[in-house]
Amino acid sequence: MTLVDHLPALLIIAPLAGAAITFVTERSVDRIVAVLTSIIITLFSGMLLYRVASGGAFRYEIGGWGAPIGIDLVADGPAALFLLLTAVVGTAVTIYATAYFPKDCGTSYGHGLFWTLWLFMWTSLNALFLTGDVFNVYVCLELIGISAVALVTLKGDADALRAGARYLFASMLAAMTYLLGVALLYSSTGQLDMEMLRATLTPDSGAATGLALMVAALVLKTALVPAHFWLPTAHASAPTPVSAALSALVVKASYFAILRLMLSVMPPGFIPGAGTLLGILGSMAIIWGSLQAMRQTRIKQWVAYSTVAQIGYLFIVFPLADSGADVLAAALGGVLLHALSHGLAKTALFLGAGSLMDRFGHNEIARMTGAARTLPVLTATVALAGVTMMGLPPSGGFGSKWQLVSASIGAGQWWWALVLGLGGLLAAAYMFRVLAVLLSDTPTEVRPTHAPVRLEWLPLALAVAALFFVFAAPFVDSLAGISTIMLHAGVTP
Amino acid sequence: MTVWLPILLPTLIAIVTFVLGEARSHARNAVNLIGAAVSATIVVWLAYGAYGGDVVASTIPLLSGIDFGVHADLTGMLFSTVASVLWFVTLIYAIGYMDHARDRARFFGFFALCIAAANGVALASDPISLFLFYEILTLTTYPLVVHSGTAEARAAGRKYLIYALTGGTALLIGVAWLTVLAGQTPFTPGGALAGVTGQTTALRAIFALMVAGFGVKAALMPLHGWLPGAMVAPAPVSSLLHAVAVVKAGVFGIIRLVNELYGPEFATSLGAAQVLSALAAISIIVASVIALRQDDLKKRLAYSTIAQLSYITLGVALCSPLAAAGALAHLAHHAFMKITMFFTAGSLAETVHVKKLSQMGGVARRMPITMTSFAVAAFALAGIPPLAGFASKWMLGAGAVESGSTWALIVYVAAGALAMGYMVPILFASLRKGDLDATGGLESDPRMLWPIVFVAVVSIVMGLAAGVPGSPAHWAMSAVLPSFGGVMP
Repeated sequence: MTLVDHLPALLIIAPLAGAAITFVTERSVDRIVAVLTSIIITLFSGMLLYRVASGGAFRYEIGGWGAPIGIDLVADGPAALFLLLTAVVGTAVTIYATAYFPKDCGTSYGHGLFWTLWLFMWTSLNALFLTGDVFNVYVCLELIGISAVALVTLKGDADALRAGARYLFASMLAAMTYLLGVALLYSSTGQLDMEMLRATLTPDSGAATGLALMVAALVLKTALVPAHFWLPTAHASAPTPVSAALSALVVKASYFAILRLMLSVMPPGFIPGAGTLLGILGSMAIIWGSLQAMRQTRIKQWVAYSTVAQIGYLFIVFPLADSGADVLAAALGGVLLHALSHGLAKTALFLGAGSLMDRFGHNEIARMTGAARTLPVLTATVALAGVTMMGLPPSGGFGSKWQLVSASIGAGQWWWALVLGLGGLLAAAYMFRVLAVLLSDTPTEVRPTHAPVRLEWLPLALAVAALFFVFAAPFVDSLAGISTIMLHAGVTP
Repeated sequence: MTVWLPILLPTLIAIVTFVLGEARSHARNAVNLIGAAVSATIVVWLAYGAYGGDVVASTIPLLSGIDFGVHADLTGMLFSTVASVLWFVTLIYAIGYMDHARDRARFFGFFALCIAAANGVALASDPISLFLFYEILTLTTYPLVVHSGTAEARAAGRKYLIYALTGGTALLIGVAWLTVLAGQTPFTPGGALAGVTGQTTALRAIFALMVAGFGVKAALMPLHGWLPGAMVAPAPVSSLLHAVAVVKAGVFGIIRLVNELYGPEFATSLGAAQVLSALAAISIIVASVIALRQDDLKKRLAYSTIAQLSYITLGVALCSPLAAAGALAHLAHHAFMKITMFFTAGSLAETVHVKKLSQMGGVARRMPITMTSFAVAAFALAGIPPLAGFASKWMLGAGAVESGSTWALIVYVAAGALAMGYMVPILFASLRKGDLDATGGLESDPRMLWPIVFVAVVSIVMGLAAGVPGSPAHWAMSAVLPSFGGVMP
């Protein structure tokens, strides 16, 4: 065994070690440790992606025990993609945070705990993407939930505490429901490992109920409409780097688990109507989230509702999953592309919005006039990230929209294509409502700043990456195929 | 690789312009002018190659099973040449016009991006690639429409987006549907879809969706509502984008759709071409009549543009070789004629602050060369021989007869009369007595004057030389004949 074979474990150990170190080191050292850790994780994630792309998916038996006695990690195409997304976004968030949190933040704000909590959350995210065991998913969800709630409440003001309490409630409810589901599933199948479950799963009301509860719990964690009630406040009142990580990564983690359960564990039609129901909820999310985003007056709330809308697109894959291998491949490639490009663009948008708030000294969109002249880099960031939100070329959002529209028409379910088209228009409506303000001719004064330039250029770089992400589509498609998910349509990976 | 340059080079110029920022105006002007000259040279060189039958093409993989492709064929290169040459001319004008304006870096940067996108539309070798550039063009135009940042400009920008993005969504669904049905179909002279059998209804619906998409930029009534409002943009934008690059991207899409995707014969057998020609004919007449009543000079020109764009659409929809060639020639001819007029309108607004016909008294005396150029373009547009507009309208009319659609000939003749009707009053208004002060000298800034003279002279030359190889009329003929199974004699 070489280093490369241990990458799944290293991807969990590295951020955990970083978290442990920052817990004991001085605050001034924390940030250096965090940046180094994020660079190491990015390297490991890149290596894993290369390994999977060239050598195929593989299982890693922790401690050499192997399932069902031990716990197995699974590194396949989608997992490797999500890990790399987490690494890239995570590194950006880390670097942004070094400028965002003052060096000597004292005890009043930020509490040096940010670095520890953040790296700990990163650990649990990586673990979730790699896990091949439904109980482990529960453990990871709990760890992500606890660290995320703590991060949301870092500021400690009334708003943050209220949002945190709401988030905690949703998180606990989801965890309990999920655990109940696992219990039911285990009692009727005696299995927890995903691959073994797929091999042994037979039509059975206990297992179906258990899996339905698990998916429902994950839907709540993913904030799919109508279970989105906790997201806008939590994502908007968190410190800016945390908002970005929550919107770009944390909701994707529970989504990833849904993808595994729905398409990897369950055979087609195991829970009748589940795919269609998720598709309908996704459509509702696209429309409702966009309409709400249009009505927001504060910039971070606006970005947060955009996340509610964008999450909807990810669920259009489920009603299309049973319409043949070509349709599933296109739809799966589409949602993965969406998750990745949205992750990059939403990070850019949240970090950019945070910097705009910082420069204007307030969070009201209506009073951010003329930013195109005074703050051109930040305006460009919002505009370019917006192209991905609207799904217009050449962004990754366009690629995913194209593949989902093609898949819908190919499956004969053209109504999803209409929803996707409408979603793009609504996204344009909420994006340009803000861009028109930034482009208007009566500049509002901006505060001079001593903030490092990375607060401006880092978000722009991410937005540019998302803008040209459609060119990554062939690669994403090929990695999407290196997965047991494609078994759903009868294709051997 | 060369074939990507007309897209990449303007993009690079835009990036450099953004990076240079607001203050370094000399460097910015130099980069833009030199870049535009080089870009136009490359385009002309590619066009020369296409004339000799050497069509360069290139593809890169984009999505699963889908390539992103460009090719330098005669049809595309005609549009690209017009856009690139006029970009250079407009830059000189714009540098004069925007001399004291704010946000010039943003202006020139997006201007270059629009040209990159328009060249992409011209070069795209299949509907998917065309769609990509078409949508990018929508986005890059928006900052120019709202450039002044006033409430009026923002409202116009909003309206533009509602029209353009809705049309773009229709186009997306149409193209995706087509791809599911027939795979990725490259543009082929004479059409590529005649082999798809048993899908008549679907193919009709796809045609309608794509016309809805292209029709917005082509200002095909009733999808034209955004264009008069967009005249709030600075004059160089109205001139180059709203008379050439953006609106022509729409009609160009229709040309590709009819001639090289469905094919003239197949489009006629589906009944799609007939519906399109009816829409275009209504557009020509209604827009011309509305133009008669406009007092605002730019609005009058905008309605004239709507009518003239539908000349092109009607010519394509008639599905006869001569009409199709006339349509493509008119794309080029109208570009030069209409840009002359919009340049003039900008000069009047900037130099003597005249924006309406009712204020135009004394203008001809104050700006004689400018108004003479305008008169040349106006007569050319109305189809007076031997100017450019005459040549293309003659081809369109003859094509109408050739296709047996006498009604279309009547539409063209009536529209010609209406064009006289809305152009001549402008000339009369400028000849009226007025109290314009000429103490500051005649004419406008030379950087604005000479481009006007140049494009007006070209409008004459293009008409005189219509039979010469390399002229737009001859070029258009060579470009469309393969769609009808013929080659240039």
